[in-house]
Amino acid sequence: MKIRIVESKLDPADAVFQADHPPGTPWMHEIKKGQIFRIVDLEGNQAVDTLFYNARDTQERYSLTHTMLAQQNLYLGVGTQIMSSENRPMLTIVADTCGRHDTVGGGACSSESNTVRYALEKRFMHSCRDNYMLGIADHPSALHKRDVVSNINFFMNVPMTPAGRLTFEDGISGPGKYVELRAEMDILILISNCPQLNNPANGYNPTPVRYLVWDAPSALAGAA
Amino acid sequence: MSTRDSGPGHVLTFDDLPPLARAAVPDHSTAFSPELTLWRERMPGGYHWSGLVRRGNSLRITSMGPQANVSALFYNFEDRAERYNMPDTLKSQSTAYIRKGLVCYSDMGRVLCSVADSNCEWHDTIGGISDADVVAERQGIKRYQEYRNAMHRNARDGFLTQLGKWGLGKRDVVPNVNFFSKVEVDEDGDMKFVTGHSAPGDFVDLRFEMNTIVVLSTCQHRLDPNPRYEPAGVELLCWRSGTAGKDDHCRLSMPENGRGFINTERYYL
Repeated sequence: MKIRIVESKLDPADAVFQADHPPGTPWMHEIKKGQIFRIVDLEGNQAVDTLFYNARDTQERYSLTHTMLAQQNLYLGVGTQIMSSENRPMLTIVADTCGRHDTVGGGACSSESNTVRYALEKRFMHSCRDNYMLGIADHPSALHKRDVVSNINFFMNVPMTPAGRLTFEDGISGPGKYVELRAEMDILILISNCPQLNNPANGYNPTPVRYLVWDAPSALAGAA
Repeated sequence: MSTRDSGPGHVLTFDDLPPLARAAVPDHSTAFSPELTLWRERMPGGYHWSGLVRRGNSLRITSMGPQANVSALFYNFEDRAERYNMPDTLKSQSTAYIRKGLVCYSDMGRVLCSVADSNCEWHDTIGGISDADVVAERQGIKRYQEYRNAMHRNARDGFLTQLGKWGLGKRDVVPNVNFFSKVEVDEDGDMKFVTGHSAPGDFVDLRFEMNTIVVLSTCQHRLDPNPRYEPAGVELLCWRSGTAGKDDHCRLSMPENGRGFINTERYYL
């Protein structure tokens, strides 16, 4: 999949929801089928660790392998259908000014994996999966650790080489870049705005991101 | 690579552990020999299997036909919410595939099993599993009513069947390993199945470092373009290997794995 930059025609003034999300915290939100969800990398190179669930039946959820296999490509970009564990489209990427988003590197960081990857002494650093645990504990959805699966890392760049190496590269995102997705079913979103300080995922400086939601374009006068 | 948040000084290694912790690890790993065999069983192509493999035993899976594929998932027997984690396995070892000398990590930073030996140099981690739709489209539908046990099976249904026996289900199906299969990825991320990657006699030794529920399917790989339903069988051979020794090549292959083994061994102290 070649990198494609596609800008959105949606006007933030028409958004029905907007929130800024500081790094190092969880965020959960439900969007309806047809709504458009935008994630803005406000300051650049911020990894946004994201999981999607069918809001009506959370047993159905984002599946890394189904998403890659449906397009027979590793990376996410405009046109990608985010597929569920039942192999059904959950969301479609409709605009993207970053160009590439990570899948296989998409294990949210955890205190346990930090001990392996960096040093046993890193156990007490803050991590995405700790955010996930706290986020689902405080949410009425009754999600459990079993439901926290491999996620999407929006704005992160973890290329796989043809020889089979996996490398962490500096992000190709920048301030104000965004990705926009159309919900193909009612979706529960679970995000950790990543606090990782041990690799270039966040440019060693975790920063806030912004979310916007628009109603289905047909409901918006003048929007394409 | 910068690690700005790391403090100055020493990074803890195996040699820093208390004597009792070090004494719990054997000096040497054990190589396979036939008298160490505990049980063996032929698993036909297209079937599914699950079982508990105890810490210190190894499962040797040997391909019995061309283009075998063994889809596998691993769960900690004592806490089934702890399971094989594909991205943690890949990121920790800077690899996109499994091979001899690497390990399969759980989501808790522990080594469920290590690949102590294999003559197949690439085992797929990104290709997922087949399901009823993909088998129907590629090889057609053969129902039990007409074909009895020669019916067409798929890996998804096989996994769910086996997981149910352990009180597990759909929520526990995560990205899996496909032993003996290879999926190449080009510079743009396009995925391509490599036909003819494995041959009869290819084997992999999975040395279990934790008490592990092992779930297997011998259905064809999801991306295998073969229009015929020809899943190859394998032999499962369980043998008493013991756990990884102090001199083990999986432990010493990179500092990350040294720490993964410390986490694992601490769990059983």
